Amino acid sequence: MMSTAIEVKNLKTQFGSKIIHQSLNLTINTGEIYGLLGPSGCGKTTLLREMVMLEKYHSGNINILGYDLNNIGSEDAQKLRREWGVLFQAGALFSSLTLRENIALPLVEYTDLSPKMIEEIVRFKINLVGLKHGDANLYPAQISGGMKKKAALARALAMDPKLLFLDEPTSGLDPISARDFDALILELRSLLGLTIVMVSHDLQSIYDTLDRVAIIDHKKIAYEGTLDNIKSVESKFIKTFFGKYNE
Amino acid sequence: MNKTLTLTISQKDGTLCLKFLGEITVYTLSKNQETIDKIDRSKLNRVEIDLSDVTFIDTAAGIFLLGVRKHFEALVSQTQLVCTNDEILRTLALVEKKQEPSKEHKERFAKNIVERFGKFIYKHYVAFLSFISFLGELFSASMRYFRSAKNIRYKEIMFEIYESGIKALGIIALTSFLIGVVVAYQSAYQLKIYGANIFIVDMLGLSILRELAPMMTAIVIAGRSGSAFTAQIGAMKITEELDAMRTMGFDPYMFLVLPRIIALMIAMPILIFVADIAGILGGMLIAHIDLKITVELFLERFSDVIAVKHFYIGVLKGPFFAFLIASIAIYRGLMVKNDTQSIGFNTTKSVVEAIFAVIVCDALFSIAFTNLGI
Repeated sequence: MMSTAIEVKNLKTQFGSKIIHQSLNLTINTGEIYGLLGPSGCGKTTLLREMVMLEKYHSGNINILGYDLNNIGSEDAQKLRREWGVLFQAGALFSSLTLRENIALPLVEYTDLSPKMIEEIVRFKINLVGLKHGDANLYPAQISGGMKKKAALARALAMDPKLLFLDEPTSGLDPISARDFDALILELRSLLGLTIVMVSHDLQSIYDTLDRVAIIDHKKIAYEGTLDNIKSVESKFIKTFFGKYNE
Repeated sequence: MNKTLTLTISQKDGTLCLKFLGEITVYTLSKNQETIDKIDRSKLNRVEIDLSDVTFIDTAAGIFLLGVRKHFEALVSQTQLVCTNDEILRTLALVEKKQEPSKEHKERFAKNIVERFGKFIYKHYVAFLSFISFLGELFSASMRYFRSAKNIRYKEIMFEIYESGIKALGIIALTSFLIGVVVAYQSAYQLKIYGANIFIVDMLGLSILRELAPMMTAIVIAGRSGSAFTAQIGAMKITEELDAMRTMGFDPYMFLVLPRIIALMIAMPILIFVADIAGILGGMLIAHIDLKITVELFLERFSDVIAVKHFYIGVLKGPFFAFLIASIAIYRGLMVKNDTQSIGFNTTKSVVEAIFAVIVCDALFSIAFTNLGI
């Protein structure tokens, strides 16, 4: 009954002579919150960037929502891009636009909605991520890091995507905002039926939100599955990372 | 900070005793090292490092102490570390566990000239290839861009024309006016000697319309708008804005690159036209003051001897120069790596390369027009 949203097969990534991933496989089901974990420099963010077609991989295969990234035409790629939202680590809001314009941009470009309708959608998204309406006319340089993340999430959600990629969504947030963020993500999933893929280092957030995880270590997936039986796996990273939690 | 001596040395019967006192921290290490270096090492058979009166060591001191022990272990048969303080022992244990044995790293510094030359050539070859690939991508993007009129982003193009064209009018008019003044002034002196005053019109008309106005405009624009393009796009690359655009399906070539190039290609001929006017005005002024050629006489002579083709040639160079400046500037912007240093580096490169490319292009035009007899 569960369908596959993303499938990565035999992926190999190489920067110069340095191999980042070697025959890496993973499957992400529709509707789940999936975490990519691993030690620094193991290529989590690289894998995420490969999924959203920012980085090219060496060999192997990535399939997203039925599109094969190896042989995707520019029209299909464009279609696919409208079906996902991406949240970058530092937000990556367009610095020449206000928050309102940032969030409205995909709507303005891709739809023929009236300005009034767009305004209403923007107001809703701003509310949804927990920003105040007064902030909407500020420029990204004028707001705090946490607000940037929220605004970037609102922009990622602007087109109501099926798929959401989050790169360290809670890093740089204070603990309260981070927990709010987790709650928001869970709520969005149940409200909108999103499939969420995230890279995270925040243990609390990992335990609170993730359905399944993949641990990348030594160029491969060291573990893929739920968090319940993660401690049965022999891995130095898992031991040190999850070791003390819940004991 | 304790400035007093933290190490006393006693030596008897071949036994060396290093007795440390008080706090050993990173501040006292070099003094201790000096003291230890002075020890006569000839008749030793046993070394004792006594830390029993030490109250505190930091990790730097830990590394130092382990180093001292290792040094003497290599020299004598028996070394002993006396210490009862648990904290100090723990610090030492931590240092010992985490200390990375410093390997002899042999870096090859001396490269011979062949290797360096080869690397230099290869680096530039790769850079050249990447510029060609940029041009290819630009071409394929412009094919998609012009496929339907609704792709064209008039708003952005207008904005860029205003930013990099209209706003530059003042500085370009002023520069060109001064160039006109300088050229007229220098040649007026020579022409007066031969009494060929009226030929200043021919000279000014030809040189300004054909060469000087387009060239000055291109140089000012490369410095002013080219550098701005590089810095803008470079900064957007660092903040991942370009990546964000790509994932949202907004091709940066359509949204950022082509509007800028098109805008500059439209603005440049207009700027050259203004530069023509200002340059001729400057020359006219000097001709009037220095050579007593009235404005009427100047203009009459001007319309007699200067064919309109010279004006067209000058203006025609505009879009070519604009394309070179904009594409080099944007290419340099896209080459910015993920650090702020490379913005400065690439901006400098962008201006230098753009001006160089403009001069080369102008030389090619000269050769072409001469051979065509225009």
